[in-house]
Amino acid sequence: MSKNKETPTFLLDGKPIPFTEGQTIIQAAMAARVYIPHLCFNPEFKPHGSCKICTVSANGRQTASCTQQAQAGMVVESNTAQRNDERRALLQMLFVEGNHFCPSCEKSGDCQLQATAYEMKMMSSHFGHFFPDRPVDASHAEYLLDFNRCILCSLCVRASSDIDGKHIFSLAGRGIKTHLIVNAISGKLADTSFSGEDKAAHVCPVGVIIKKRVGFSVPIGQRSFDEHPISYTPHPVVKDI
Amino acid sequence: MLDQTHSHAGYLDCILARYKHNTHHLLQMLREAQEHYGYIHSSAVDYMAQQLKLTRSHIEGVASFYSLLYLQPQGDYRVLFSDNITDRMLGNVSLMESMCNALQVKAGKISEDGLVSIDTTSCTGMCDQGPAILVNNIAINHLSQARVAAICELIRERVPLSDWPPAFFDITDNIRKKDILLGSDFKSGSALTKALQRSPLQMLQEVKTSRLRGRGGAGFSTGSKWEFCRSASGEAHYVVCNADEGEPGTFKDRVLLTSYADMVFEGMTICAHVIGAKKGFLYLRGEYRYLLEHLQTVLDRRRQQSLLGNKILGEPDFDFDIEIHLGAGAYICGEESALIESLEGKRGTPRNRPPFPVTSGYLNEPTVVNNVETFASISLIGLHGGAWYAAIGTDTSSGTKILSVSGDCARPGLYEYPFGVTVAQVLADCGAENTQAVQISGPSGICIAAGEFERRISFDDLPTAGAFMVFDTRRDMFEVARNFVHFFKHESCGFCTPCRVGTSLLANMMDKLAQGHGSPYDFAEIEKLNTLLLSTSHCGLGHSACNPVLDTIAKFRPAYDRHLTHKTFVPAFDLDHALSEARQMTGRNDAGAYLERIHVQK
Repeated sequence: MSKNKETPTFLLDGKPIPFTEGQTIIQAAMAARVYIPHLCFNPEFKPHGSCKICTVSANGRQTASCTQQAQAGMVVESNTAQRNDERRALLQMLFVEGNHFCPSCEKSGDCQLQATAYEMKMMSSHFGHFFPDRPVDASHAEYLLDFNRCILCSLCVRASSDIDGKHIFSLAGRGIKTHLIVNAISGKLADTSFSGEDKAAHVCPVGVIIKKRVGFSVPIGQRSFDEHPISYTPHPVVKDI
Repeated sequence: MLDQTHSHAGYLDCILARYKHNTHHLLQMLREAQEHYGYIHSSAVDYMAQQLKLTRSHIEGVASFYSLLYLQPQGDYRVLFSDNITDRMLGNVSLMESMCNALQVKAGKISEDGLVSIDTTSCTGMCDQGPAILVNNIAINHLSQARVAAICELIRERVPLSDWPPAFFDITDNIRKKDILLGSDFKSGSALTKALQRSPLQMLQEVKTSRLRGRGGAGFSTGSKWEFCRSASGEAHYVVCNADEGEPGTFKDRVLLTSYADMVFEGMTICAHVIGAKKGFLYLRGEYRYLLEHLQTVLDRRRQQSLLGNKILGEPDFDFDIEIHLGAGAYICGEESALIESLEGKRGTPRNRPPFPVTSGYLNEPTVVNNVETFASISLIGLHGGAWYAAIGTDTSSGTKILSVSGDCARPGLYEYPFGVTVAQVLADCGAENTQAVQISGPSGICIAAGEFERRISFDDLPTAGAFMVFDTRRDMFEVARNFVHFFKHESCGFCTPCRVGTSLLANMMDKLAQGHGSPYDFAEIEKLNTLLLSTSHCGLGHSACNPVLDTIAKFRPAYDRHLTHKTFVPAFDLDHALSEARQMTGRNDAGAYLERIHVQK
């Protein structure tokens, strides 16, 4: 038997995608350079499955493609009007839940939430804004935490615990009151061992963890998603500053 | 700071030692720390973090997930009003107002002298004897204006809770109709003795023959669940009894654990023998804290009777014991994978499935999670055999079902029927008159209207975890749905986007309708939200969050139409209302400050 015949495949929007045992749908799609919209998934980390942007229909049943393991012969639909309508509504939910003012945000053009919203042709936030009161944490000399933009993807939580071994971030509260907290009695980033060298400093898909004093060193118009839409690569490559 | 930490070390050392510094017991340790100190002090968090080698943010993350745990000071007397629709119908709103006025404290706040805090909480499982409250997490029922006045006096006089009139803490079983389970004359050990005469495989076969299905509502075959778990490989197998009875309107597990605890524990022990478990847990909802000592006594007695512990009933290879874990106010922990996370001392977030608990449950080992009533039924099957049990009920639904009946009826309480009973029969038995609707299986179940009362309680018609809330023609079904939607908003775990944000959006839409700003446009929006939540939510809470609204729109449209003053779209944003605060602050009452109507300042 040739090696090719041994590689199982599934169909993603009609295209056969090879996969290896244990791979999730999105992992296999990425290996085949196919983009499935996502926010809380990052190929470097264990899947979380919370944002639900990557929801696809697998054999007729909706599931998060970052946590659903691929199976041979599975029929997966992702880039359809129905799935993209859902993604747009989920993005709108994330926009109204926090305070996202793109025109004044340092991350504009490098933000995966904004870029995914463009990709999904989101034209308005549709739902009523919640306008939550979320104070920023500017205590750290080098970094700013702007919780207004947090989408609770937990990538910084995972990076800080799994890679940096520092456990600086955690999720607290419940329901709509779920929020990111910092591991210090004061609750302030300055009172932790956080540093710019940490993986956690470089994984935020939105604009919560922001390096100070360089916010506009790359002009708007020359940023990651100004050059290519987020779907240009299966997982976005964002210029790190 | 050091001194403060030391003052907390005193009581925390005992608690931590009792739980052997095992972080899987973090929730239990936090609960006990709070019982000792009144709330979980920041220095207590630090001390626990240091002793348990956890970060303080992890501990804060866990504590802040559970609504009955507090990281901030509370009143010495913490009063929580159960806020199920049945409590509302019995007048809890005006009772709470009276208490707030008498003690001069605002709802949701702490009195200035730190004496008392008053707030609402989700259904406390006392719908048959409401309005109900929890005082420092201990249940008090049958609230009346007189009882509120007496409680206010006791609080003002700072009488310790243990010295309050014992009658306040009376909780009755209210068993109205008995069948095989509630009517059984069960002798502890009798079912286990019979079960042990069979091999584990033979006992499993009896369970399969009985066609018993899970009593938590989903109705999965108990025999199949046990078989999957038994055949799954692992270092250890676990039995978990789900007593996190949080579905508003359900209270049967409260009664089973009060008066039939032996049957429940015996069912768990039979399960342990079948699947090969040495350890079991009863996950008891925090609102039933008052049952803890009673249940510990039953467990102790069973150990003395050789029904738990090593070499049970002389069987050389049969060791099994049961530990009780208390929840702390989180409905989501009734979902089995969230329950397991909580058992492991974590935030109660449902896991990604598969794998399912039968192969990867507690500590990622094979675990059976069954409802309280399921385990009690197992005792009957152990005693009388599977064929006997299968002969009761209907083809798809064998055995009996215990219904928790509450709302507009003369005799609220527990009613046990063979499966297949009609809603009309239950209504007649409980003395319900002029009934317009029954909410079956709580907010996540379905709402049926008068034309449907010939439908039957069974897995293929009306499946239910047990709640049976009756609404007569005086009730506004829109307000019923609005209460349920706020319940889901309060109980969403916040993990996934659609449920976290969607339940809040839905509550906002219902509030918009209640305020008279709704239009038919909003119905379409609710439909769209439902489709999205069904498609993308992480677990059943999100999937069912829109049910109460969709059911009531379909069946009680006039209740909604009464709130519709507009035929076309009206924005949720109300400019006039939004400006009212600024007007008040600036004292403006001239024509220029008014947009639509003249407001009369109080």
